[in-house]
Amino acid sequence: MTLLYTEVEEELRASVRDLLADRCGPDAVLKRVESATPYDMDLWKTLSREIGVAGLLVPEEYGGAGASAREVAVVLEELGRSVAPVPFLTSAVLATKALLQAGEKNLIQELASGETTAALAVSMVASPYRPLPETVTVTDGRLLNGEVRAVAGADVADVLLVPVGTALYAVRAENVRVDVVPSLDLTRPIATVTFSDTPGEAIGAFDARRVLSFGAGLLASEQLGVAEWCLSTTLSYIKERHQFARPVGSFQAIKHRMADLWLDVVRARAAARNAADLLAADSGPDASHDAEAVQGRELAAAVATSWCSEVAVHVAEESVQLHGGIGMTWEHPLHLYLKRAKSTEIALGSPGAHRDALAALADLPGPA
Amino acid sequence: MALDEKAIQERVSAFLAEHDPTGDRLEFLRARFDAGLAWVHFPEGLGGLGAPRELQNVVERELADTPQITPGVQTIGLGMAAPTILTFGTDEQRKRFLRPLWTGEEIWCQLFSEPGAGSDLATLGTRAVRDGDEWVVDGQKVWTSGAHHSRWAILVARTDVDVPKHRGLTYFVCDMHAPGVEVRPLRQITGEAEFNEVFLTGVRLDDSLRLGEVGDGWRVAQTTLMNERVAIGGAPVRRGGGMVGLVAETWRARPELRTHDLHQRLLRLWVEAEVTRLAGTRLREQLSAGQPGPEGSGMKLSFATLNQALSGLDLEMRGEEGLTYDDWSFRRSDSVDFFGRGPGYRYLRAKGNSIEGGTSEILRNIVAERVLGLPSEPRVDKDVPWKDLPR
Repeated sequence: MTLLYTEVEEELRASVRDLLADRCGPDAVLKRVESATPYDMDLWKTLSREIGVAGLLVPEEYGGAGASAREVAVVLEELGRSVAPVPFLTSAVLATKALLQAGEKNLIQELASGETTAALAVSMVASPYRPLPETVTVTDGRLLNGEVRAVAGADVADVLLVPVGTALYAVRAENVRVDVVPSLDLTRPIATVTFSDTPGEAIGAFDARRVLSFGAGLLASEQLGVAEWCLSTTLSYIKERHQFARPVGSFQAIKHRMADLWLDVVRARAAARNAADLLAADSGPDASHDAEAVQGRELAAAVATSWCSEVAVHVAEESVQLHGGIGMTWEHPLHLYLKRAKSTEIALGSPGAHRDALAALADLPGPA
Repeated sequence: MALDEKAIQERVSAFLAEHDPTGDRLEFLRARFDAGLAWVHFPEGLGGLGAPRELQNVVERELADTPQITPGVQTIGLGMAAPTILTFGTDEQRKRFLRPLWTGEEIWCQLFSEPGAGSDLATLGTRAVRDGDEWVVDGQKVWTSGAHHSRWAILVARTDVDVPKHRGLTYFVCDMHAPGVEVRPLRQITGEAEFNEVFLTGVRLDDSLRLGEVGDGWRVAQTTLMNERVAIGGAPVRRGGGMVGLVAETWRARPELRTHDLHQRLLRLWVEAEVTRLAGTRLREQLSAGQPGPEGSGMKLSFATLNQALSGLDLEMRGEEGLTYDDWSFRRSDSVDFFGRGPGYRYLRAKGNSIEGGTSEILRNIVAERVLGLPSEPRVDKDVPWKDLPR
């Protein structure tokens, strides 16, 4: 194991970053999210076709790259740095993980190529540590009824994967009603998904805790990317912006805040890398499922998510403040990052929920 | 050809074949130094083999069951004096000082801080005036740990008052047995005397005890200070170990002390301790992969904040027991011992973590200026001769 990046990972990062620099600059993102189609599906197809990001987690025998959570984490860092409106987290991480874990073999090949996009029909605020709310029912073993709110990636999904109890159903999007609601995070909008006598196909078992904990642990890397962009953008700004005949970054009151933010981000990187490294052992044929290994992964994911969530929000909030007036405007892209950071903090278990989980995982029991 | 793990193991075996670890401890340590197995990255003849630094772990593992040096009282010698002497000392100085420093025959202390020069160390006023082949030193130093049993000290003194503060300093090795050196215990917040005040009155030091050029003391001191921060922030810990481990142990053993509020705070600090530990691990990986990162400057800062928060929580959690204290007797102590003392001591002693070895404020400045590249504060004393500075 290592907490550093491997050469392969750095090469992957470079390709993703180059493509995003070309196609997904702040102006492009802003224009995109104000349009009727906030998700940039052209960019998503290019990322999948040219770099193969959609199939990173999929084994080679099913047309994927057979990579691991470590590479996925690097892609998430880059997507976080550009708040890219693409369904990578929802399709290539959450939906793909659910299919892999269910032992599904056909749909996953379509997802690997990026030709088909899927979304896991759970609320973005679903916590790995609580049972999913039972808002969808199945009759005759094939007809789905009910609704799921706050589903990310639903409006661009070709297939919805719907957990009902411990079973996972696949539903074609054309049979489902998807209502996009105004979202705090403009770059990852959410929708209400409604099923009414919608035909679904049972494709395997669903273990919510395992899939959501995996997703949360990797979300930490996206949050790291958001925090890094905010920190470096603010750093450039306070070196240039002059007040009282000095760059504002020369005032000790500002410098000390920046040093503290930097230290938070340094620790976020170590935590996110550690989670990615341990979660990597949950993919592939050699995955270990003994209780100790599972607990170690969950613990690393809970530590990384609780820390990185709060760091991303804190760095984004401080960045708005340190940008002064311009930080409060729509002209500067910073607001997109604050909105992503705050929405992501609530996603897949709040920081408090992850810390509560540590009571058992780290043997720190609460009062009786 | 560079030495590898196997070559080092062979050296250790050959050494053990010739030297009996059950014999005289000091003789064994001296022989270990002479065999280049003291610190393998030092040059040959000076306790090392010119090998990569990480091979030291191999030596420590192979020699784990043999007589050991006592790192506690030797901290300043090993962590600060030795690297400075190695970098700036003459051949004679290296030969004279390094072996007894490593074996512990001679303990070292550090004469840097003064009552009027802490964070702004370069403003220090202890004078060294040349007199033929000797220097005459007058002044007062403070926060000197271990001065009472030290044979030698590293000393920074002012040798030119007519130039700006950083340029008029010179670095010496101070003979702690010389006439005019007086060590007085300084009672601390914990009740004990871990540190001293050192009064230097007409102390005569031979010019052969000067380390580096006259007027170059600040640059030499930078080497010492850099090594000090590495020594303070660098120790690996296991998950849930260190200060957070002490608090967690009590928490587990005594369910009657638990409240919801304390639980939330403990979980938060546990996470912070864990991410700090991981950042330390990542830093060491970077170093051994030959990518020295700037993360090191931040580690001491993190540990200071954490230790203070955890030791405070520990006291609060213990209720009535938190009102008690284990021992107020005014006594000398050789080194900081968080683990051998009570929670009250830990709380009070941890207050020093953000002051000693560079205050947290100075470390934030270092991060901001050297890592993040932010402009420095305007320096009003930059071009002013030291003698004209307001004090």
